[in-house]
Amino acid sequence: MEPIIIEGTPKTPSIKFDEKEGIFEIKGRSIPENSVEFYKPLNEWLDNYMQGPLDKTVVNIRLEYFNTSSSKCILDVFKRLEAIHRSKHDVEINWFYEEDDEDMLEAGEDYDSIIKVPFKMIEIVE
Amino acid sequence: MSFDLENLVSDLDIRGAILYFKGNVDSEVINKALDSVEGKLLSSRENPRLRKKVYNVLVESLQNLYHHADDVPRDYHASRPDRFGLIIMEKTGRGYRITTCNFVTALRIRELEEKLTRINNSTQEEIKELYKDILNHQEITEKGLGGLGLIDMARKTGHRLDYRFKKYDNLHSAFRISAVITSE
Repeated sequence: MEPIIIEGTPKTPSIKFDEKEGIFEIKGRSIPENSVEFYKPLNEWLDNYMQGPLDKTVVNIRLEYFNTSSSKCILDVFKRLEAIHRSKHDVEINWFYEEDDEDMLEAGEDYDSIIKVPFKMIEIVE
Repeated sequence: MSFDLENLVSDLDIRGAILYFKGNVDSEVINKALDSVEGKLLSSRENPRLRKKVYNVLVESLQNLYHHADDVPRDYHASRPDRFGLIIMEKTGRGYRITTCNFVTALRIRELEEKLTRINNSTQEEIKELYKDILNHQEITEKGLGGLGLIDMARKTGHRLDYRFKKYDNLHSAFRISAVITSE
């Protein structure tokens, strides 16, 4: 299937979910006023991808900031990944956070406790 | 009526503020406010951890005004009735204070007070669990997640949220809320 590639802006992250290259990444800032509208294409893409996912899907989340309105949309992305995992396909989520950014680490831990998919917390040391 | 939202912040140092805005809070205003504050925090070489917390709380404060400010009363002077609010960010001895003011309809006061009382009477661990519970179980609305912004502010700051209401008329009140962000 065709990849979904969205360029980042100061308020929205870059998104690249490319099955052929095996790259699944959300990167940057996610602080739009209307996050539902922003994440809709990605969730639609995942709804299609769920029909025939790769044997292993590794998703990298490299967020610098995200607002509470994005938090639910990100959870919706993870719930789709959880469904793929439930269908006996490997899924792994790498949650990157900057050194000393306890808030971002805790946010990753929140998702880890809600979503039944292996999470890896990865500290970025400057 | 001579009441102005500024009356609610007469005890604050508007002139010395890092950020001050009163008016309709649209996307453009939010962008400019975030850019301006981020630039100032970077040029003052603020501790990165504190800088990120301040930025996060500022985003939620501005977007609370954007999503949840009720229309101003009909006889209140505003260029547009919607998304009208005031925001002020000050440097304090140990960190920063972000205060917003907006109008709320009388019907919403009880709901807001209940929410804020619950937040302010909770431990940090309880706030964390409350956040996760709402995140996982509440359906998202067109306006985003009602109330998660306030919980997030309390969680990130680790401090009580200071708030007050001032009655404008029988249908409207002005609402002020402050979040204090310190390095500890």
